[in-house]
Parts: sequence; structure tokens; C-alpha cells
Amino acid sequence: MAQHKVNYTQDGGLPVALTSIDKIVNWGRSNSLWALTYGLACCGIEMMASGASRFDFDRFGTIFRASPRQADVMIVAGTLTKKHAEFIKRLYDQMTEPRWVISMGSCANTGGMFNTYATVQGCDRIIPVDLYLPGCAPRPETLQYGVMLLQKKIRANHASKAQKAKRLM
Amino acid sequence: MRAYTPKDNVQAKAYYTDRFYVSPQVPRHDVSSDEVFAADLETISSKFTVNESYIEVGQMVVYINASDIYGVLELVRDELSYTQLTEMSAIDWLAKDNTFEIFYQMLSMTKRKRIRIKYSIQNGQAVDSVNKLFRSADWSEREMFDMFGIEANNHPFMKRILMPYDWQGHPLLKTYPLQGDEFAAWYEVDKIYGKEARDIIGPEIRDTANIDRYDSERFARLGFEQPKGTKITGDEEPTVQTYQEDGGVFLITKFDKDASKIVDDPQR
Repeated sequence: MAQHKVNYTQDGGLPVALTSIDKIVNWGRSNSLWALTYGLACCGIEMMASGASRFDFDRFGTIFRASPRQADVMIVAGTLTKKHAEFIKRLYDQMTEPRWVISMGSCANTGGMFNTYATVQGCDRIIPVDLYLPGCAPRPETLQYGVMLLQKKIRANHASKAQKAKRLM
Repeated sequence: MRAYTPKDNVQAKAYYTDRFYVSPQVPRHDVSSDEVFAADLETISSKFTVNESYIEVGQMVVYINASDIYGVLELVRDELSYTQLTEMSAIDWLAKDNTFEIFYQMLSMTKRKRIRIKYSIQNGQAVDSVNKLFRSADWSEREMFDMFGIEANNHPFMKRILMPYDWQGHPLLKTYPLQGDEFAAWYEVDKIYGKEARDIIGPEIRDTANIDRYDSERFARLGFEQPKGTKITGDEEPTVQTYQEDGGVFLITKFDKDASKIVDDPQR
């Protein structure tokens, strides 16, 4: 406490907020969605633009992290090749629960225009996806709206209940 | 050139039938028409067998025997000043006569000329590596092995370069399907989850335009989203886009669309 004689407790001046555990946990989870930097192709440019000053993802509490151990949401931004498929699975397994996945753009959703032997036809063949963003590439506004929808999805959960771990199979 | 077809009714019917444009034969000139190339060819043919030679689009093409390649490239590098191997790879002529054609594209910075050394090998035959002469052949020969399955003898690291090491098949062969064989189709599923997961994950959906608007399990019509599993009739009301729940969010200011300000001045 400060040395000057301020009575913080008078007139209910102490900063106290009453809420339920559910709400405060979900508030914490949904408003600090740290994203794994996962720019695989040109969608990564839009993802970087979302994080930069003009669109400013930090306002939503979304801060890009370079390590899966520190990330809550994996934004699969770009073409997922078959050679890279095992690594996306490994990085997804390294993220801590609860974790979410946003599939950004046509390539990550369905393979997109790369109807070839070397492209995974949709990253949901490898990892469970929570949100699909259409577009080639989606604008940063789309990604921000997607993150807001993901926040809504997180807030709809009961934090007091143990969450069922998401598995593809 | 392709024959002219009238295009006054192009909206009604497709007039274009060729799947790919078939280019006309590029004219070939005799090597004696260019004195630099003629002197180069004479130097090469004085030491090695030259099967065929001509000038095509300003570049000399020389066909040699497969066993001479190291000597020929050493000769053109050291004596004819073609100091750079800009590109090398193979061409698949297996359907025609069961051969591959290997080409080496050479550049001389002092002469400002390009020549192309070519030879044919039978299917299954290996080539001699020129990695000791040109470092740029290192990755090119690995790519040639990756894409065509042609091995280079005396290469220090003869492994795949683009595809995974455990890949089967050589994708640039004309017999290789564009969308992959069965190994390619199940590669990631087999590798990560095992073959028994094939039934659960299912085959690849290759038709990306495949959308069933009456399917609420996997699709949502934008602006008319319905809960998962709802029976879609086709006359749904448009859904209102909301950013937050109706009751508001703990500690977060409620977003009011009417109170928000739209910045339409790009020079703000």
C-alpha cells in the first residue's frame, strides 16, 4: 500500500468484481487467444497483415507466438503439402489443451486449386478444425471476424466442466 | 498455327477444343550460319562423337553419346568458356521409344552465347554425374532422380530433394497421374494414423466445387447459416451477423453497430 493516507476501502472503492468462474475463465481464454505463427503460403501474408498495425490483432488479445507450447490457436494459413502433413500433426500435439484450429483459406479448407498429388486435400484430414475461413486469400477482416466467432464458441463452453479432448479419430 | 474458326457465336458454344496449344515446329538452322557456334562445334567434334547439331532460337543444340558427357562438359567449360550450367534435367520419351533425353543448358558470359548438350539413355540406365564440374548440378541431378527416377553415378548424395524420402513413384513421369496414385492419395493418412484409419478418414474429396446446400452437417450457406443437423428447406430467413452474445460479454464493451464509425477517408 502507498505510504500516503488513502483509504482504498471507503465508499466501496476497492476494485472488486463479482462473477462466476465460468465467465471469468472463458473471458480469460477467449480474450488472450495466442496464435501459432503458421504461415504456409500466401494466406500467411494476410495473417501477418492482421497482426500488424493497420488491422492490429493485439486489440483482441491475439498475439502470435513462435512456439506451439505457448499457443492456444493454430491458424493454418496456406497450402498444406503431404510432405508437411506429419509436422502439422506434431505441432498440433505439442499445443496444450484447450486448443483450437482455424483453417484459413481455400487451400487449408479443401486443397483449393492444388488438385495435385502433393497437396493434402483439406487440413481436417490431419487435425480437427474448429473454424473454416473461405477466401483465396481471406482478407484480414475475415480472419478477425473468424477469431471473434471462435471467441463466441469458447464462451459457450462451460469452463467448470472438463473439456473433452478433440481428436480426429 | 491453328486454323481460324469464326467467333461470332462464342457465347453459345465452345469453339476451343484443343486441350493444350500445340506449338508449330521451331525452325532449325545449320550450325555454319553462326561462326562462333561453328568453331565451338568443331572443337567438340574433333574429340567426341557428335550425332546431330543445329541452331534453334539462337542457341546451339548438340547431341552426343551418353558416355561422353563428363568429357564434353569439361571441354566446353575449360576450352570454350561455357562456365555456367544454368539448368539440367530430363525429358520423358518413354511412350515414344522407351528413352529419356537428358539436357544440359550451358551459358558463356564472355561469348554471350548459350548451348544445349543433349543425349538419350534407355529406361533404367544411370547417367554420369557432373557434380565435380558444376556445383549447380548437385541439386539438379537430385531433382532429376526425384522426378524421373534417373540415378546419377558418382553423385555425393543421391537422394530425393522435393518429395519425402519415403515417397513411392516419380511424379514428373508422363505415366504418373496428376492427382497421384493410390500411395499418394493415402500418404498422409497411412503415415500419421496408419492404414487402418483409411475407413474412418475416408478418401480425398477432389471436387472442391462440391457443395450441397441442403447439407447442414458439413456446409453453411453464407448469410443463411443454420445449426448443424437442421433440415434445410431452402426458404430460411437471413441470419443476422453478430459479433457478441445478446447478453453482453463479461468486462467487454458491447459492440453497437449503430454507434460505430465507418472510416471512409483513405487519407485519414
